[in-house]
Amino acid sequence: MTQTVMKIDDLHLSFPVSRSLLDVVQRRPGKSVNALNGVSLELQQGETLGVVGESGCGKSTLARCIVRLYEPTSGQIHFDEQNIFGAAARKDRSYNRRVQMMFQDPYSSLNPRMTTGDILAEALRVHQMRPEAEIAPRVAELLDLVRLPQDAAEKLPHEFSGGQRQRIAIARALAVEPEVLIADELVSALDVSVQAQVVNLLLELQQRLHLTILFVAHDLRLVRHVSNRVAVIYLGRIVEIGDSETLFSAPSHPYSQALLSAAPSLDPDDKGAAIQLEGELPSPLNVPPGCPFHVRCRHVTAQCRTVIPALRALEGRGEVACHHAEEINQHA
Amino acid sequence: MSDAVVTSAKSSDAPLSRLQLALRKPGFLIGAVIIGFSTLLALFPSFFAPYDPNFIDYLAVRQPPSWAHPFGTDMLGRDALSRVIHAYTVNMQMAILATVFALTIGVTIGALVGYYRGVADMIFGRVVDAIITFPFLVLVIAVVAVLGPGLIKMYIAITLVGWVYYARLMRAEVIAQMGNDYASAGIVMGYSDRRIIFRHLLPNAITPVIVYWMTDMALAILLGSSLGYLGLGAQPPHAEWGVLIAEGRNFITTAWWLSLMPGIAIVITGLGFSLIGDGLADLLRPRG
Amino acid sequence: MTDHPILEVENLCTTFSRGGTDLPAVRDVSFALCKGQVQGLVGESGSGKSVTLRSILGLARHYGEVRGSVRWQGQELTTMSERQLRKIRGREIAMIFQEPMTSLNPLLTVGTQLTETLKAHTDLGRRARRDRAIEMLDHVGIPAAASRLGEYPHQFSGGMRQRVMIAIALAASPKLLLADEPTTALDVTIQAQILDLILKLADEMSMGVVLVTHDLGVVAQTCDTVSVMYAGRVVEQGDVRQVLQTPRHPYTEGLMRSVPQDVPPRTQLYSVPGTPPSLFSLPEGCAFAPRCQAAGPACQTARPTLQDIAPGRQTACFHPLPATQEDAA
Ligand SMILES: Nc1ncnc2c1ncn2[C@@H]1O[C@H](COP(=O)(O)OP(=O)(O)OP(=O)(O)O)[C@@H](O)[C@H]1O
Ligand SMILES: Nc1ncnc2c1ncn2[C@@H]1O[C@H](COP(=O)(O)OP(=O)(O)O)[C@@H](O)[C@H]1O
Ligand code: SF4
Ligand code: SF4
Ligand SMILES: [Mg+2]
Ligand SMILES: [Mg+2]
Repeated sequence: MTQTVMKIDDLHLSFPVSRSLLDVVQRRPGKSVNALNGVSLELQQGETLGVVGESGCGKSTLARCIVRLYEPTSGQIHFDEQNIFGAAARKDRSYNRRVQMMFQDPYSSLNPRMTTGDILAEALRVHQMRPEAEIAPRVAELLDLVRLPQDAAEKLPHEFSGGQRQRIAIARALAVEPEVLIADELVSALDVSVQAQVVNLLLELQQRLHLTILFVAHDLRLVRHVSNRVAVIYLGRIVEIGDSETLFSAPSHPYSQALLSAAPSLDPDDKGAAIQLEGELPSPLNVPPGCPFHVRCRHVTAQCRTVIPALRALEGRGEVACHHAEEINQHA
Repeated sequence: MSDAVVTSAKSSDAPLSRLQLALRKPGFLIGAVIIGFSTLLALFPSFFAPYDPNFIDYLAVRQPPSWAHPFGTDMLGRDALSRVIHAYTVNMQMAILATVFALTIGVTIGALVGYYRGVADMIFGRVVDAIITFPFLVLVIAVVAVLGPGLIKMYIAITLVGWVYYARLMRAEVIAQMGNDYASAGIVMGYSDRRIIFRHLLPNAITPVIVYWMTDMALAILLGSSLGYLGLGAQPPHAEWGVLIAEGRNFITTAWWLSLMPGIAIVITGLGFSLIGDGLADLLRPRG
Repeated sequence: MTDHPILEVENLCTTFSRGGTDLPAVRDVSFALCKGQVQGLVGESGSGKSVTLRSILGLARHYGEVRGSVRWQGQELTTMSERQLRKIRGREIAMIFQEPMTSLNPLLTVGTQLTETLKAHTDLGRRARRDRAIEMLDHVGIPAAASRLGEYPHQFSGGMRQRVMIAIALAASPKLLLADEPTTALDVTIQAQILDLILKLADEMSMGVVLVTHDLGVVAQTCDTVSVMYAGRVVEQGDVRQVLQTPRHPYTEGLMRSVPQDVPPRTQLYSVPGTPPSLFSLPEGCAFAPRCQAAGPACQTARPTLQDIAPGRQTACFHPLPATQEDAA
């Protein structure tokens, strides 16, 4: 039943940091930000894969690689058996139609000088989704789909609230009838009650249109709610991936455990349950050797400081990248 | 009748209200009046000028301002007011022709290097550095010296140097706009580069360029009349402010009005363009 | 709670005028705060939380009209002169803002910024100020504090900068801390550290805290009492446990239910229908009426005022929800 639609293989991406004059004078080598350090995952047809992690861990970079906004340093992404960075795939516009992305900032993701109608019509025309005569009715249909009033077509983006703008962005993505949606912090800028409206819409549309969704967010509760599977990223690496309910109810990686327990519970009687993490995310300019988490981990051993743990299946759980996952989870 | 009322009510809420707001500012209003009137003078000089600008009257040379000749007459007895008015045609034409090609070329190149960056951008950076190290006027005069004097050649010279300033501004604006997700969204949607550059980025990036264009038109008039004064631009007997000032130069102690009046025309027109530029910045900003 | 309140806010109203119309940003906000107590202010964006904070400290009166009373240890702040207020700001009442990047001066070292505060608000000498600065950085959990005094804000990460902000705010040992979304820009793990720090310091220094946030989880984990704001008014307030566990106002309940906790995964979430009203055109009756499922005819015409419904518990609603599940049955 499950069919892989996208396969990401050992993706690495580092951004060169421009050297300051001082660096050049002192002949220091050019540095680079290692945003992705070997990410591999598979997207199954019709699922929602949640991606969580701290700010700067590489979530958006991963999302932007998938839609070819960034070029990976190494690694591959296959969609429909085809390497999307290959010459043949690049010429073919259809990838840009079949895989769509929605952005975090509802105030910058729409051209401020185009009306909603123009924005949607443009998408339809460029990909020749409909003959000219059917464009206007299709725009109306799309507005209806994301529950915007019909007079929205003549309005400019600034006339809408944040939640409504994200609906326009969703409508634009759906205009080209994509198969995969990449949602990067789609609702992070919105208030809870508006968040709920947009998430409901997304879930409903996914069912109706059989969409595959990569849902990037830092709000763990929200990710838990919408995802079938979840990947936890730390310093550009997946440290744990697995079924959403299993992962959230029993996280196996020490980082996932700390991350999940840090989310403040709605219950005032739950106070003080958080596992305090020492220190902060190390700079991606110099990723620590061995397990990237070892500088903050309570279970660190000598092995962790030198050997990078590989992602491996843990019985009854998902896949975990930790040398001591078995012992740690025995006590739990 | 009632139809007309409905349409006017409709069209009045969005774009007009902005224009009305801008016009409420005294600066923009004064600028608009000056440039509007200057344009009329440039288009219909004979309608406004009391005399033929080239009518020579040896019986009335170098007369001081009077009711019959408000700006006086020149050394050939030509009516100075009529000559200043007829000069509007050349000088306003200068404002447009000396800038519009630089604008078009600069905007296009700036948008392209701002979007693609890479090697083209590096080369562009070098060219810009090389050109802006020299004062604008010096470079233009150097080019005119090579091409020879005359209006057309002057336009070519100003364009050859002036596009750089537009391109630099446009490049910076486009790069700033690229930081907005709507540009990324265009790429993800598979839109062509041409569409993203010209349909999405350009309209959002052009505002400061248009504002600069207004000040540049003022500068172009100043530059054009300077060259005219030096004998490198418009040639006598063409009525052009710089030429007029140069003609009056020898009589500056006896017939000061001959140089002063065209000078005032330059100042007022330049002021008009600058005032409009300031107001346009507000008028063109996207709403929201 | 038998303690005498240190801060008493009564009928605080703040109005801005925009293009000739009045914008009622805050209306009739009243609450009291005791030593060592943490009071939360929650609500959707635009509901008036930040303006309330800024009105307490006398910042809002520079660009808006503030009415009502703010009593700080018996002194009226709203009518106090700017000169007198300056003595209280920083020394007795401190404030931290949401954006740690913009509230530190990028051109001055962290040490200079800390000692400057101490110079302005204490009588300590040079050496003593330096020692106190190191002590404060140490206190907020910045390792190797002495060696980092000479560093600039950009050399600190977001979480560290927020710690520095807290160190500066608390340098003069204020008795009240006004914190405007101090962790919104931070990650959950850092958020947990910062909130913990604020709570610990509030406890040690018996300092009162007013904490603005839009995250109900943060409220649940840190506050003793909470006020829920909607369209510039407090619609419900009281003990945090009572308000969150048995909300009596339909808006509070809607907010609580929108959070995806204890809901079957991938099902439709509850969401309050509609959007918040524009402050320019508030409904005549209850501001929440157009979105309220419990609304009756009275709600359309009259505005409910904040009423005591239980000891220390108030709500502004004509048809408050039942106090417990049993009552509903
Ligand atoms: N264009 C870029 N140039 C240089 N560095 C970049 C660029 N984009 C991202 N980075 C760096 O890559 C790392 C990962 O960034 P990314 O935006 O993916 O983080 P994120 O997980 O999405 O964080 P957030 O939750 O804050 O959005 C960061 O250290 C970031 O500074
Ligand atoms: N300086 C100001 N001038 C005019 N209106 C303001 C000003 N500051 C805030 N407001 C308005 O007051 C209302 C409440 O704002 P605020 O308290 O900042 O909301 P939040 O709850 O998100 O913190 C909003 O409608 C806002 O636009
Ligand atoms: S590998 Fe070692 S350091 Fe890394 S998470 Fe596991 S126990 Fe901690
Ligand atoms: S007063 Fe009426 S409209 Fe307002 S919250 Fe209560 S029931 Fe709803
Ligand atoms: Mg991101
Ligand atoms: Mg605020």
